[in-house]
Amino acid sequence: MKAQKNSLIFLGILAICSISLQSCIDNTTKKEYASAADIPVSREMKAELTAPPNVPRGVGDRKAKKLIVNMEIIEKEGTMTDGTTYNYWTFGGSVPGSFIRTRVGDEVEFTLSNHPDNKLPHNIDLHAVTGPGGGATSSFVAPGHEKKFNFKTLNEGLYVYHCATAPVGMHIANGMYGLILVEPKGGLPRVDKEYYIMQGDFYTKGENGDPGLQPFDMQKAVDEDADYVVFNGSVGALTGDNAITADVGETVRLYVGNGGPNLVSSFHVIGEIFDKVMVEGGNSINENVQTTLIPAGGAAIVEFRVDVPGTFILVDHSIFRAFNKGALGMLKVKGEENKTIYSGVVQEGIYHPEGGGIQEMPDDGKAVAKKTSANKSLAEKMESGKQIYAKTCFACHQANGEGIPNAFPPLAESDYLNADVNRTIDIVLNGKTGEITVNGQKYNSVMTKQAISNEEVADVLTYVYNSWGNNKTNVSEAQVEQVKSGH
Amino acid sequence: MIILRLTFCILFLWMSNANCQSKMVSIKGGTYIPLYGRDSLKVTISDFYMDVYPVTNNEFMGFVKKFPKWQKSEVKKLFADAGYLMNWKSNTTLGDNQALNAPVINISWFAANAYCECQGKRLPTIDEWEYAAMANEEMPDARKLKTYNEYILGWYERPKTFNNIVGSTFKNYWGVYDLHGLVWEWTSDFNSVMVSGESRKDVDNDSNLFCGSAAIGATDLMNYAAFMRYATRGSLKAKYTMKNLGFRCVKDKNNEAF
Repeated sequence: MKAQKNSLIFLGILAICSISLQSCIDNTTKKEYASAADIPVSREMKAELTAPPNVPRGVGDRKAKKLIVNMEIIEKEGTMTDGTTYNYWTFGGSVPGSFIRTRVGDEVEFTLSNHPDNKLPHNIDLHAVTGPGGGATSSFVAPGHEKKFNFKTLNEGLYVYHCATAPVGMHIANGMYGLILVEPKGGLPRVDKEYYIMQGDFYTKGENGDPGLQPFDMQKAVDEDADYVVFNGSVGALTGDNAITADVGETVRLYVGNGGPNLVSSFHVIGEIFDKVMVEGGNSINENVQTTLIPAGGAAIVEFRVDVPGTFILVDHSIFRAFNKGALGMLKVKGEENKTIYSGVVQEGIYHPEGGGIQEMPDDGKAVAKKTSANKSLAEKMESGKQIYAKTCFACHQANGEGIPNAFPPLAESDYLNADVNRTIDIVLNGKTGEITVNGQKYNSVMTKQAISNEEVADVLTYVYNSWGNNKTNVSEAQVEQVKSGH
Repeated sequence: MIILRLTFCILFLWMSNANCQSKMVSIKGGTYIPLYGRDSLKVTISDFYMDVYPVTNNEFMGFVKKFPKWQKSEVKKLFADAGYLMNWKSNTTLGDNQALNAPVINISWFAANAYCECQGKRLPTIDEWEYAAMANEEMPDARKLKTYNEYILGWYERPKTFNNIVGSTFKNYWGVYDLHGLVWEWTSDFNSVMVSGESRKDVDNDSNLFCGSAAIGATDLMNYAAFMRYATRGSLKAKYTMKNLGFRCVKDKNNEAF
């Protein structure tokens, strides 16, 4: 307590000093306030609210204002993943709810309206509010009604808001969360691109991927056994056409929240390092971070400059959530390659532990491999192919070739695969970028070229073609060789 | 005298069911532990009669024709908010999408209370309503069954059930329909259990909200299904109206004993 008082005095002195300091330099100077509570507001302004992944314009150097925020609660059915729907409860019609952008000292007049068609009462707890329940006590509102309350933003930072009506867990699990940003005086430094991303876990009666309208499953929620872990409310909300974008050389800032209700996020962007992380959305800045932890009911601001083009995958690095439950997004970066920063594959070779580094595959070795391959039975190829698949393909195309909706196309019963064997071989050898249509679904993703031998290509494709209802093509090494040399 | 009235009533039922009181069934009283929020753990309910169905648009239409002060243009602002009978086209015409035998909605507590009084009935107390609503098709207290709770929770998520007609959900042990699955229903003492809206605060304060062991022995599902009913009641004021909120009436049994 005493320490706090001392530090307050110290802050006060600091503030006075900075005033006098400033007044020496500039006599027309603006006032500084010892406490955010003392910042006066001038005029009224209606807050711009945005649905994810967009954020409203920054506050820049505007003065603190009376900020009018009108938020509507809508209970509605939406798509969780292809063929699966869910009854979402939303702030502003989206999951996460509308992004609110304020500056420190603003006096927010918050009106929460509950749509007449809704079945349940709701409220809002904004972590940016200093006061009982974060506003929840003052905003409890029946369907067809509205409640108004005021608060002053005292602390800068990025904060979660959520519904806090009983049962709180269920309201949050159904999507009732979002972010409110309180910028410092003068605003956050300008960057080129800003996006709004929020993770949430969902619990459905059926398993992940079960079709139809899936009701909420309370028991799974209590057990913390999530069926979906997603960014921005649904699988694929940030992939394919919904991917966020940037150009090479730009600085990207992500406002990342985690609504929970249960899981903590290990937020990571594959192939990028966060130059700056405002840890937990507060003032502490960490630099050069690979993965940042975002607690349930917490947030972080991450910034990085994108230096090379390509598709960068956003994941919760609790990685099964990313590849099996949906916690996967994409940042597509366009622009010039920079071979110094990232070369792509320069050389392929085999590794001799006793021979000192990477060497070219010797001719005689190749001949031997060819011989064994030619003599291999289908069963042997299947066996070897299965192992290669597990090491190389499984992560994206999944254990039974089912792929991941909107991200990675299926290999099971795949019309695209069965239509053209040589095209498939070519994709494995050389990679594939751009839009393709598989079983009627569009995919716009990236497959890198695979660093495996011709024999391995033949084996793994034979395995794929002889599994999961495909056309049983037996791919030979010679065929792979032919496609390779044809290029 | 009452028997005579009842006889008339039955006679009338044969001729026209519009002019007579809606059908009621007998609920046998008993002692039970409400899930949440009363002064003592156990509550004793006397025998009573309960309407089989929620009050319908048609029935309420008859009421406002007889008592114009409850018509939508006439009602006192003190007794009903602006949403009162919102979807009705006029004082005595339903909206295009409204069925005569759908539950009447957008009704204030004052209006519901007046309706029941005019029928010689009253609104049920929370305890009576909850007691009758513990039943599923087969048993009087099904609260511990997973299926029972899942049904209720499932309904909470299903949009726009207020457009369905009365009797479209299950008939419970007592012969009562639609206690779960159609609309919320007013109770006479709807706001006597204070839910502040800040549900987390309610957990540890001393206002008897949890009533100790009553809630502790219950399963999570059971808690949640009931929590939401109490939360909804707690969000209301007597003049409020809601699209998902109707009502039904009850009557004391001893009134009719002789």
